[in-house]
Amino acid sequence: MMHRYKLWTLLILLAGFHALILFAGFFAPYNFSAQDRDFPYAAPSRMHFVDAQGKLHLRPFVYGLKDDPNTFGAYLPDTRGIYPLRFFVTGAPYKIAGLFSSHLHLFGVDDPARIFLMGTDDFGRDQFSRFLYGGQISLAAGLIAAALSLSLGIIIGSLAGFYGGWIDAALMRGGEMFLALPWLYLLFAVRAALPLHVSQWQVFLLLVAVIGLIGWAPPARLIRGVVLSAKERYFVTAARGFGASDFYLLRRHVLPQTYSVVLTQMTLLIPQYILAEVTLTFLGLGVGEPMPSWGSLLASLQQYYVLSSYWWMFLPVMLLVPIFFAYSMTADALQERLKSIPL
Amino acid sequence: MRDVRFLKCMFAASTVLAACVFLVSGILFAQTPEELMVAAGSPGRFGGSLTIALRSEPKTLNPALASDASSQDVIYCMNSDLIHINRQTQKTEPALAKSWSVSRDGLTYTLNLRRGLRFSDGQRFNADDVIFSFRVYLDENVHSPQRDLLIVGGKPISVEKIDDYTVRFRLAQPYAAAERLFDGFPILPRHLLEAAYRNGGFSQAWGISMQSSQFAGLGPYRLKEYVPGQRLVLERNPFYWKEDSAGKRLPYLDEITFLFVPSEDAQVIRFESGETDVLSRFSAEDYSVLARQAAARNYHLNDLGPGLEYNFLFFNLNDLSTKNLAQIGKKQTWFRDLRFRQAVSAAIDRRAIVRLVYEGRAMPLASQVTPGNKLWLDPSIAPPSHSPARARALLKSAGFSWKPDGSLVDPQGNPVEFSILTSSSNVQRTKMATLIQNDLSQLGMNTHVVSLDFGAMVDRLLNSFDYEAAIMGLADGDADPNTEMNVWLSSGETHLWHLNEAHPSTPWEAELDRLMNEQLVTLNYAKRKQLYDRVQQIVAQELPIICLASPDILVGAKNRVGNFHPVILDPYVLWNVDQLYVR
Repeated sequence: MMHRYKLWTLLILLAGFHALILFAGFFAPYNFSAQDRDFPYAAPSRMHFVDAQGKLHLRPFVYGLKDDPNTFGAYLPDTRGIYPLRFFVTGAPYKIAGLFSSHLHLFGVDDPARIFLMGTDDFGRDQFSRFLYGGQISLAAGLIAAALSLSLGIIIGSLAGFYGGWIDAALMRGGEMFLALPWLYLLFAVRAALPLHVSQWQVFLLLVAVIGLIGWAPPARLIRGVVLSAKERYFVTAARGFGASDFYLLRRHVLPQTYSVVLTQMTLLIPQYILAEVTLTFLGLGVGEPMPSWGSLLASLQQYYVLSSYWWMFLPVMLLVPIFFAYSMTADALQERLKSIPL
Repeated sequence: MRDVRFLKCMFAASTVLAACVFLVSGILFAQTPEELMVAAGSPGRFGGSLTIALRSEPKTLNPALASDASSQDVIYCMNSDLIHINRQTQKTEPALAKSWSVSRDGLTYTLNLRRGLRFSDGQRFNADDVIFSFRVYLDENVHSPQRDLLIVGGKPISVEKIDDYTVRFRLAQPYAAAERLFDGFPILPRHLLEAAYRNGGFSQAWGISMQSSQFAGLGPYRLKEYVPGQRLVLERNPFYWKEDSAGKRLPYLDEITFLFVPSEDAQVIRFESGETDVLSRFSAEDYSVLARQAAARNYHLNDLGPGLEYNFLFFNLNDLSTKNLAQIGKKQTWFRDLRFRQAVSAAIDRRAIVRLVYEGRAMPLASQVTPGNKLWLDPSIAPPSHSPARARALLKSAGFSWKPDGSLVDPQGNPVEFSILTSSSNVQRTKMATLIQNDLSQLGMNTHVVSLDFGAMVDRLLNSFDYEAAIMGLADGDADPNTEMNVWLSSGETHLWHLNEAHPSTPWEAELDRLMNEQLVTLNYAKRKQLYDRVQQIVAQELPIICLASPDILVGAKNRVGNFHPVILDPYVLWNVDQLYVR
């Protein structure tokens, strides 16, 4: 019983999180590329309830910022005016899933004040907005790549397991060869050979294709194992005895038995591939400026001065941890639950 | 008895006399007095050592072969030149040549060498070493990176020995500020290198891993120890030819240790923790980080103002007819249009570059001469202004128009889209590109920032011409226009926007050629300045390169380092290494 609740809570959490990313335009107060050149490396905005005169406000508000005359790049609150937090404000235009355009944002403050929930980066861009938009690239890459590599894994694994013999040997040895290739260096080489004018879309597709195509071997091996044992079951042999075709057997009797393996593999592979995208972008192989991705949000942490001066640049990392955690817990819970279902 | 005493006295007297005669004759004939140079500046304390980080291991210690910054920094400490550019005044001063004279036609330079000097191994220095050194530098087979500087008017400078301490240089045509040439040609010891040179083994001579006894120079320090991968240690040269105002022989320090620290971050951390004593070549962000700890850790930082580096954006104006680059060729119709370049220049917010890329520690630029180059800056050039409205007006007058969604199209209706190339190893230039991308998107231009590793980028800029626009930085070597010849001459090797021009392709490039060639043979500073002012005006007007910003030179040192007077010319903190001391 407990497992049931655990799984559902996790699934709802993950779904909510994905919705947040999908509707980034609505939840983010600013566009990901909007530069506020007066405020590079601004710390996260502080919410106030009590103003400089000591008056209590029920609606939280922020102050505008002004330069700290003593330190470059440090800002002081400008207490002359208060800017209350407003909901459902109109702001920068955006598109949801590339289809519906809108101006409506969940929250914001009046100009000229700004609300930076997670501070700003070196160009004065809102980190919170960039985190949400960046999730679109990273999550999409993870999901599509996982789907791609699993479908390949299912096809190759079931063929190898079902037919055995030289097909099995060829496919599995091929898979091992794939595992042994130094992919990172190959990627660098591919990137250097590409023409200069590679659109963000092409880079994204290339990234997804590469991550997805590389990863098929481990799931294929697992699925091959399941298929190998499934095809020996009596009802499968019986169906064969009744004259069922290979395709019918695979579709009706063998593949359904791989269902639990595929699901748990899916939940394991998605965070792994998100991380792969983050790593590749961190190394400069992903989508370029000004498009954010979680990897490019982390890239600035390579520099000592960012590490030592701007703690809010770590916030994206902090947020990634629970997401990956949720994914692996889901995989766990799923496995527990699927084990209890009789095949 | 008396006779014996008398004889004894005579003997003693004659011994004393003989000794005196020997001593005097020794001073007069055997030993030429040393002509030491008295260094200006306050006297320091002897002893102690400094530790300095180098970004990479020096590739060689051979002055005629070194081309990387690390090698040059170490070589600077171990060698001396005939005439030196004082990095503080940016003017020439006597060095190994105590004086020199120029013939009236400007074609002959006669240099009088200091007498009685010794190399760091104790061997004497004279005109033969000078003749040998320049024979090496001029030898085509040596491939010395400095060789081009010695070709004046298409002919190599000729060197001739007049006597042991006089040397004459002849030029094929007058050459402005020719004495500045001598800085950067360290004098080599003939007694150590001639054999290798004659055997054809010069390219291996003075590699970094050779025994320290095989090195000798006229600089303040000499090699003591080299540990591959870790450090290189120099020790005091007891034969150095300078003394301080108190009459004591320089240098002050017993030792200098160069540590090999491969990244800027690691260098900053080592300086912050007190492992190294001086620091240069670091970013404005690191300056802020270090500044927080300065008082607590007993070091101080200096912002010396803009140096000589100018960063710029430029478009590919090369002749692509022989290349298979039709796409770029089409876009060149925009790039060749002055109004397009002016619009791009007007749209770029240089103050934002200064603020966001350099934390305010830089200056916006209108031409290639930076505010740090005080002798040559043309103050009449207006500072660059940021005006998107003017940019739009310029584009409109050039026939460009905007689609309803705000994107810019050219007169034929093609969308204006191009890529900007930067080097991925240079964080600052990549940041500039991102800012410029944002600025140009306000005009409806769709630009892509492409960062490649430096080698791949240079290959595209110099060989394949497969690029549309790029951001680069150059630095005027010694604050004199002559070192910029290769940039502004249409035949120059660094004429980046249009290489290998057979003839100047535009009237203003022809004028640049004329001006640069004329200033080269003009000996009068005021007249040269006029000519070079015009060069700057043309660059600011015609925008072959769109100058962006010049970063400040930032340095730091422990408070215990005495005589620390950093300058904006390279080597920023080590230029007076012979006078640095530990308090």
